[in-house]
Amino acid sequence: MRIRPLTLTLAALVPLLVFASVLLGSYVVTVPDLITIVSRHLNGERGIPGASFIVLDTKIPRAVLAAFAGAAFGLSGGTFQTLLRNPLASPDVIGVSSGASAGAVAAIVLFGARGITASLSALVGALLVALLIHSLSRGEGSAGLRLILAGIGVGAALQAVVQFLMSRTDIRTASDVLLWVSGSLNPASGDRITVLFVAMLALVPALALLARPLRVLELGDDAAAGLGVNVSRVRLGLLVVAVALAAFGTAAAGPLAFVAFLALPLARQLDPRAGLLAAALSGAVVVLVADFVGANVAPLLLGGSVLPVGIVTGALGAPFLLWLLVSPAGRTRRKVA
Amino acid sequence: MPQLNARGLTLQYQDRAIVQNLHLTLPEGRITMIVGANACGKSTLLRGLSRLLKPANGVVSLDGKDIHARPARELARELGLLPQHPLAPDAITVRELVGRGRYPHQGFFRGADADDDAAVQRALDVTGTAELAERPVSELSGGQRQRVWIAMALAQETDVLLLDEPTTYLDLAHQVEVLDVVTELNQRRGTTVAIVLHDLNLAARYAHHVVAMKAGRIVAQGPSREVFTPELVSEVFGLSSQVLVDPVSGTPLIVPIGRHHSLNPQEVPA
Repeated sequence: MRIRPLTLTLAALVPLLVFASVLLGSYVVTVPDLITIVSRHLNGERGIPGASFIVLDTKIPRAVLAAFAGAAFGLSGGTFQTLLRNPLASPDVIGVSSGASAGAVAAIVLFGARGITASLSALVGALLVALLIHSLSRGEGSAGLRLILAGIGVGAALQAVVQFLMSRTDIRTASDVLLWVSGSLNPASGDRITVLFVAMLALVPALALLARPLRVLELGDDAAAGLGVNVSRVRLGLLVVAVALAAFGTAAAGPLAFVAFLALPLARQLDPRAGLLAAALSGAVVVLVADFVGANVAPLLLGGSVLPVGIVTGALGAPFLLWLLVSPAGRTRRKVA
Repeated sequence: MPQLNARGLTLQYQDRAIVQNLHLTLPEGRITMIVGANACGKSTLLRGLSRLLKPANGVVSLDGKDIHARPARELARELGLLPQHPLAPDAITVRELVGRGRYPHQGFFRGADADDDAAVQRALDVTGTAELAERPVSELSGGQRQRVWIAMALAQETDVLLLDEPTTYLDLAHQVEVLDVVTELNQRRGTTVAIVLHDLNLAARYAHHVVAMKAGRIVAQGPSREVFTPELVSEVFGLSSQVLVDPVSGTPLIVPIGRHHSLNPQEVPA
């Protein structure tokens, strides 16, 4: 399969944006400084006081986390939307991300969990939600639509659970878990990136293997079965991988609102035939841009206050959701649901 | 040519039996038309003859081997099915869609190769869709689109092909066109074809073998001349009719008799 121009463009854009967010912002780093800082760090020499810390411990991890989390959400959302043949079926709309944040928040508030434990709790929460909405949506009629409606209900209930847990805990824990409520890349500690990176190292190849049968599943379950796709097995595999991607993305960066939902449709606006790779890259672009806007543009408009990235993506995503519901293009796309 | 065969086949959804204890062998290298009233189980039978529905009882075998005991992809290289309402992904081109018919022939890691490209081109040529190859499927008319779906099923290059109402929603010219394409495929490659069809006169004309179903059972089967009698039409469809000879093809021509518009009042059913 040939790589499409949009995919190439996005693939070039992501490292550019990573560099831009490392260099620019409230603390500007020049290219020579960056090279000095990174080369000294790699050679184990003493860094530039202050600047080395900001670049190595804050700016680079944050930009890298933005790219990885965005890609994880983009892949997850694109997989859900393709599999269920509905742009509304992304994990943030159908409650899977809420399940992940509820899992993480519950583990932190109730058991004082940290790091990998919180990530795994997010995964468990997301899988439980997936299982729950899957069983709620069984029955006659359009399974995709029932799944989405069940997911919206479950998601709302879980938001309430998160709010409840936050209201019952002390202020320090509450500020710790705030990350899992709105989504933020700050502080982007090394182990948050490592857990997500290792998870993606396993999940992305799995998804790549399932991408070919997924393309056949797009023709409908019966046609896919006629072409030799083991429909129930492939669908289960795709759901597990997509849920896990959303869960690990959420565990690392919080439930970045609407990134999973936006990534593929946004790419499809530019190239109607964009696939999962383009969705991953467009997710990364959305998070990188949103983080830069929240950290550097928002303070100019809001008298100095910085916005967490999840609030910016939410502000971008909500109008897009509405547009998708009313626009003729969105309508034809929803028709197949 | 492998033979598709059902023995004692019972198919059910939940615990409602749709097809009961049915025996059928599709004649090799021939076109079989399956006809019957709505909800008689003909589409369900087609699902059961492919791997889409697991029998509650009985066995479907291809070349003597149970189709459910074989890997799905391997079976899909020998047995193809075009369902009633396949979905075309957004913005997909004709060539790409037809190319998806090659899925069972491709490995997990290997993309399309020269064999696949050649098979796609043959399918496009046979169905007369080669000049549409680079167009998006969404821009095509209903008749063109149906030909493209048939091209996808042909690209699968199976020895047995099952088609579920391939002419629904098509105007008469396109219905004839689709059945002509299937006939040519059958003549050139000797493909065994089974088609669920609503139009009795076209079924009678294009079938080597007709299977008439009622309430999940086969009521009659054989050449259209033997199967289509006024008695059978009455039994299967609850419809009075005259069966004439189709002046074009010499096959049975079923002319229905309703409560109105009959020249001979004696014929009118009560």
